Amino acid sequence: MPSPFLEALSLTCERDWRVLFEGLDLEIRAGEMLQVSGPNGSGKTSLLRLLGGLMQPTQGEIRLNGKALLAQRAEVARNLLWIGHAAGIKGLLTAEENLVWLCALQRPSTRDAIWTALDAVGLRGFEDVPCHTLSAGQQRRVGLARLHLDAPPLWILDEPFTALDKLGVAQLERHLAEHCERGGMVVLTTHHTLGERPAGYRELDLGRAA
Amino acid sequence: MSNVFVLLFAREARLLCRRPAELANPLVFFAIVIALFPLAVGPETQLLQRISPGLVWLAALLAVLLSLDGLFRGDYEDGSLEQWVVSPHPLALLVLAKVLAHWVFSGLALVILAPLLGLMLGLPGSAMPVLLLSLLLGTPVLSLLGAVGAALTVGLKRGGLLLALLILPLYIPVLILGSGALQAALQGLPAAGYLLWLASLAALALTLTPFAIAAGLTISVGE
Repeated sequence: MPSPFLEALSLTCERDWRVLFEGLDLEIRAGEMLQVSGPNGSGKTSLLRLLGGLMQPTQGEIRLNGKALLAQRAEVARNLLWIGHAAGIKGLLTAEENLVWLCALQRPSTRDAIWTALDAVGLRGFEDVPCHTLSAGQQRRVGLARLHLDAPPLWILDEPFTALDKLGVAQLERHLAEHCERGGMVVLTTHHTLGERPAGYRELDLGRAA
Repeated sequence: MSNVFVLLFAREARLLCRRPAELANPLVFFAIVIALFPLAVGPETQLLQRISPGLVWLAALLAVLLSLDGLFRGDYEDGSLEQWVVSPHPLALLVLAKVLAHWVFSGLALVILAPLLGLMLGLPGSAMPVLLLSLLLGTPVLSLLGAVGAALTVGLKRGGLLLALLILPLYIPVLILGSGALQAALQGLPAAGYLLWLASLAALALTLTPFAIAAGLTISVGE
């Protein structure tokens, strides 16, 4: 059995004096997909932010490749693609400008690759339109186009299906499953039942764990 | 690494240019405050000239403060800050690029506008170089110090007043040195001492505040 890529040891998260979850253990290995589910306010986003190193746990530890997450920021940044509830898209910039910057921040990409990625998420013809004129679903697609570029192995996605149409949801599910089958890892939150699941699919219900 | 700095600077400049109204607001504020003073204290040239150093500096300080409230708010709300924090680049470098871009379009614009307003207050031409130089050295300090406050209050819904309360006391040395330089120039005394002090403050702010801003943002994002 391969050693876990990302693991959490007895994680406790407290927000505003309220315990969201306590003593949570989890492991993510290559090829696995973890769907975090639970009612609103059960700490799904907080767990994702903890795993991405954006927040610090009240108690417990998160390890990447067996070493503490917070002690190896550069290593985490190289391996992690984080798309939060808001994807970091500027309404005043065009889809292409947004992606050029988001890629430059992590892994520089060519113009051709960016146009191909925008094409893959169904935004052909919208490359040079300011994002604030796009619909909510299209804006979400701009952010998700990063998944079609040269992406790191671990994807942490907070509600990636929000505002997507049926076809978009199906495409994204397939893309995520393919990423896992290639040995990548996905941690995501969503309320809907995934239609397409990779072999390494697991679900973590925070409502039940608490 | 420096590539990202240039890219972020260009991106911020592009964003600012696509929102010209926000760029103009602090400048118009600066101009109006200075134009209001002769109306309030009367058109006596002697009096206006005597109080002009403090006046120009106070107006510049408030204009910079006004422009800083929303400095990181947009990036906070649209998730850009999260992307900065998880990126492999040092956050201090990124915030320095952001604040410098902001300064070029607000602080530097104030510096360029200042001689005109100085003339309105009856500042003699001989004091203009000192006015320009003191603002050129002082406004980056105002922007950088203000950005520390903006980073700490970015998570609050209405951080504007708190930002002013946090930051205005820190502006005191800049205000004293800036208006002191101009005062000295008006009286025909050498202003080099004041300007050197301002320059050292600028160097200090440029090297140290990016780390404080980065720490503030990390706290705000981690809330």
